[in-house]
Amino acid sequence: MSVAGDILGLLKGEAQADRVVPRSGQAARLTLAVSGAMAFLAVFALALSLAAGRLADRWAGALAQSSTIRLSAPEAEMEAQTWAVLTVLEQTPGVESARALSDDEQRALLEPWFGPDLPVADLPVPRLIEIVETPAGYDAEGLRARLAAEAPGAVLDDHTRWRRPLVEAADRLRLLGWLSLALILGSTAAMITLAAQAALASNEQVLRVLRLVGARDAYIARAFVRRFTRRALTGAAVGAGLGTLAIALLPRAAAEGAFLTGLGFAGAGWLWPLAIPPLAAVTAFWATRIAAFRTLRGLR
Amino acid sequence: MIDMQDAAFGYGAEPILSDMTLRLAPGSFHFLTGPSGSGKTSFLKLCYAELLATAGRVTLFGEDAATLDRDRIALTRQRIGVVHQDCEFLDHLPIRDNIALPLTVTGRDAGQDANLNELIAWVGLSPRARARPPELSGGERQRAALARAIIMDPDLILADEPTGNVDWEMSLRLLQLLCELNKMGKTILIATHDLALIRAAKAQVQARVLRIAGGRLSTAGADL
Repeated sequence: MSVAGDILGLLKGEAQADRVVPRSGQAARLTLAVSGAMAFLAVFALALSLAAGRLADRWAGALAQSSTIRLSAPEAEMEAQTWAVLTVLEQTPGVESARALSDDEQRALLEPWFGPDLPVADLPVPRLIEIVETPAGYDAEGLRARLAAEAPGAVLDDHTRWRRPLVEAADRLRLLGWLSLALILGSTAAMITLAAQAALASNEQVLRVLRLVGARDAYIARAFVRRFTRRALTGAAVGAGLGTLAIALLPRAAAEGAFLTGLGFAGAGWLWPLAIPPLAAVTAFWATRIAAFRTLRGLR
Repeated sequence: MIDMQDAAFGYGAEPILSDMTLRLAPGSFHFLTGPSGSGKTSFLKLCYAELLATAGRVTLFGEDAATLDRDRIALTRQRIGVVHQDCEFLDHLPIRDNIALPLTVTGRDAGQDANLNELIAWVGLSPRARARPPELSGGERQRAALARAIIMDPDLILADEPTGNVDWEMSLRLLQLLCELNKMGKTILIATHDLALIRAAKAQVQARVLRIAGGRLSTAGADL
């Protein structure tokens, strides 16, 4: 049972040996179709996983180093408390920069909910102060204590409460993508095993004759392994190609785009689908090899 | 070549064959007779390790058949040519490729083998070399099976009712081929219940007749 011999035989091909197994059959078409369909699905699972990963990283990265202080105070005290907060922030280790949002910026934030003509100046809207942290971050509890003393109307929101579930959801989605890939691979292996077993069963006379004339198990198995591996490779190459094309034709992610418009590959991520056909071929190689040797063991 | 010592075989508790003791010497010619269902085919299968003895010992070319792994069995079969009554072929290949199959499976280039064409001509199948097995008559199939059995120049040829599906004229032609092989030094063992065939062979070669009856092997009388 030389695996190296099988791989070598697979690469260089043995025209004479390949002829001993009949060419046609439903198992052949099934292998081709299953590999193609599974590769197509695998491209989408891969795209989902990679997109979810990018999203999780973006949310985690973008939100981890920013936080907001919401300052509610009587109009007369607003300016003074804003300065007090900014002063406290200036003196706080781990705060890289801090600034109060202008009225226009606050209006822009509220515009999606209240429309473009919102008179921010006339409404008791809290002043928002944006904080950018150093990579080391600051001591949130210590800052809260100081703000309570210096500016009682200030509330620190470090985004932890809503950032964590978002990042967790994206991470889960990424995991589901990889799990889908594993399931697709397992299903491919199962389908190819069934197809190989069907082919072996329908060629029982061929196996008997080959054993009778002195063919070794490895030789017989190789003829089947080569055929199924090549079919899986071909089917997966077509499926992965079509899947990648379908992903490429998805609408581009806009700045305000939601997750779905960002589904796809980015940069070197476009190389990932290239791994699918070889992976399908390796799966077919082992699935057929195991099925072939198992069947042959039933014959003397 | 083949040595059996008190070999027995059975599918259940009751043995089909028992106390088989036999030595097939190189260059010998043996017939194996017996009624239908007496175990002739099982006996031949013991000789090429298709079946393993359930008791006793079968030695093939000096090696205990029970200890041979699958690869050794394959190598041993390359030294044995087998012809069955219902010869099986690879139906998708021309008969020429079927005859060359033992060469193909051992990695030899059958296309370059001059002996192949000579052998096909010897068994009278040159005009049918490109035909597929289902297109051949019973006699042509038997001759093709014989050619396939000897393409590797085996030491031993086992034939199971090789004339069972052919007319008398073709039987004699096949027998002639087997006798010629024996004269070339091949060891021949033919299972048959055709006594006329045995008599015809005895006129050409020194053949010994074995008989299986009641699950036991004995030497048949010289009056056959």
